[in-house]
Amino acid sequence: MDYSVWFFITSGLFLGWSLGANHAVNVFGTAVVSRMVKFKNAALIAGIFVVLGCVIGGEGTTKTLNTLGAVNAIAGSFTVALAVGTSVTLMTKLKLPVSTSQAVVGGIVGWNFFTGSPTDYSSLTKIFITWVTSPIIAAAFAFILFKILKFTILKKNIHLLRLDVYTRYGLIIVGALASYSLGANNIANVMGLFVSAKPFTDINIINLFSVSGTQILFLLGGIAIAIGIFTYGYNVMLTVGKEMYKISPITGFVVVLAEFLVLFLFTSQSLEKLLLNLGLPTIPLVPLSSTQAFIGAVLGVGLAKDPHSINFKVFGKISIGWVSAPIIAGVITFISLFFVQNVFEQKVIIKSEYAITDSVIKYAQNEGINIEGWDKLIGVRYEGVKEIKSELLKLSEYSEKELAIILNYAEVDSFLIDSKKLKYNLYLKNETINELKKMNGLKFDNKIDLLEKLKEKKLLSDISLNNKNYEQYFKISKNK
Amino acid sequence: MSMFIKKTIKLEQQIDEFLDYVIKGGLIFKLGVKCYLENQETEFEGYLAELRKIEEKADDLRRNIEIKLYTRTLIPESRGDVLGLLESCDKVLNTTTDTLLQFSVEIPQILPELKQDFLDLAEISTLCCENTVSGIRAYFKNIDAVRDYVTKVQFYKKETIKIAEKLKRTVFRTEIALSQKIHIRYFAYHIELIAENSEDVCDRLSIAAIKRIE
Repeated sequence: MDYSVWFFITSGLFLGWSLGANHAVNVFGTAVVSRMVKFKNAALIAGIFVVLGCVIGGEGTTKTLNTLGAVNAIAGSFTVALAVGTSVTLMTKLKLPVSTSQAVVGGIVGWNFFTGSPTDYSSLTKIFITWVTSPIIAAAFAFILFKILKFTILKKNIHLLRLDVYTRYGLIIVGALASYSLGANNIANVMGLFVSAKPFTDINIINLFSVSGTQILFLLGGIAIAIGIFTYGYNVMLTVGKEMYKISPITGFVVVLAEFLVLFLFTSQSLEKLLLNLGLPTIPLVPLSSTQAFIGAVLGVGLAKDPHSINFKVFGKISIGWVSAPIIAGVITFISLFFVQNVFEQKVIIKSEYAITDSVIKYAQNEGINIEGWDKLIGVRYEGVKEIKSELLKLSEYSEKELAIILNYAEVDSFLIDSKKLKYNLYLKNETINELKKMNGLKFDNKIDLLEKLKEKKLLSDISLNNKNYEQYFKISKNK
Repeated sequence: MSMFIKKTIKLEQQIDEFLDYVIKGGLIFKLGVKCYLENQETEFEGYLAELRKIEEKADDLRRNIEIKLYTRTLIPESRGDVLGLLESCDKVLNTTTDTLLQFSVEIPQILPELKQDFLDLAEISTLCCENTVSGIRAYFKNIDAVRDYVTKVQFYKKETIKIAEKLKRTVFRTEIALSQKIHIRYFAYHIELIAENSEDVCDRLSIAAIKRIE
């Protein structure tokens, strides 16, 4: 193992620490500030559940970030994570609204711009819509939950003291759930940037128990978040929490529950699978700002109590962050990558090879892409995105979206059907997995050939349903 | 969880017990005044002794409840309100004890034509006290009902003002010595104070109830 990996992932671990320190207040702030739960207990529960969330449920949002841009060189990942961390700190100092989730997206787009990699604008739009809708959904959840809870408490005539005990347990339970969802949703911000670079290999313990390299990354990220909660969470709760989070314990319970539900909706792969099986539209799995979900939920409760008391300017302030955070982080990332590549001479991207083949032409045609003049490109190998892009743009003015599709098909890569990797798959039907296991060991030079094979075995309908996720299970990393 | 619930149930019972003492105190006070006015000295002194015991027990219980609320950091948001309510309620009980004690110590000469007014004043003031206690119980269990009790207390308080005023006007239009007139007024004022203190508790209660609903 290359020990430099440990140096490079420090920037991700720092992001994790910062996330834990700053976001523990969103899950246990009210409980601790109102002295319903002791900080030590809160930190212990939050720490455990954050780690569990990262390791068990962190895959979904990470995939979305990787669809937006796969930072495939470890030095690139390090630089993007560091630039994102720096921009978050800078914006916090300047008192600008900022969320790590939004800065990370800016960082990835910055990396795409710098390396010439295409940005998947449909993913970007999906992410942006999620940012806008998540506080609104949180507000709606909190509004409904508060009304139900108030009605129940008044109807059931629960004694104030007993209600106090129930509230304490409620705060602990929703705090644990929200911590789990926070870990699962936000680990993509902390370690998602390192997933494509694959710094760790899979570990298989006597064929009984296997841990993927990604899970190891997530575990480290989770521990970093937990350390952030333990070391600095209390200070943040005392400073920020005393002003913003000074709400009654019952309101706090409703707010954290609403926040958990929103994080869960935009994180859970099991929910996604269930919706898929029911033939319903899925909810995009996107890293969110837990602070914005929290604020949305507080506004929702406020609306349920007294609509006149709401300061809607808060939403305006949040919306500035949706635009400013990614832009500032993107610019800082771009500049940082320039320095790391040219001054420190580090590889910030592992260049892929591209080739236009008959199959690529066939698939591109099916997608409705203009293939005029492509016959001249057959047989040529292009080393890098910029090279093939400039050739293609000479033929026609392709949009970024079209270029992304072409590059996706034209990339020359190595794919291997490995039955061990299929164990991690949550999406595929059992029959598909069994069929794939029969093909164990088959290698493919590029994606198209793999797709053709899957099509031949009539497996494509199941696999292609799942938003290119198959890559993670079949692709062999090039930097090994 | 059951251990915490058990402890909480015990504390709930203690609060109820404290409020029971306040109610009992009011009833004993009423009987004590009646006995005094009917010159049943032995019974009067018996009621006074009983009331003093109740007051002591209520004081101990209140302190115990307060210590538990603080040491177990229970109801952190409402603790101030609850302690305020219990303390001010205890003040009502203290006023009843003090007033009955003053009857015993100062032996005021109540004119026979004023006896009924004094009985009415004691009756209505005790009603204020009883409804205050019911209001506090409602604060814990049935927040919607608090308003009804507060309204009743405010109504009875006004009634005590009317009776006390009538009583004072009657006293000062008799031919007895000024010192005796002032002495009788002083006792009317003290019985009225029970209603006054009850109303103070209800003022706190109204605000505390609004805070709880929020």
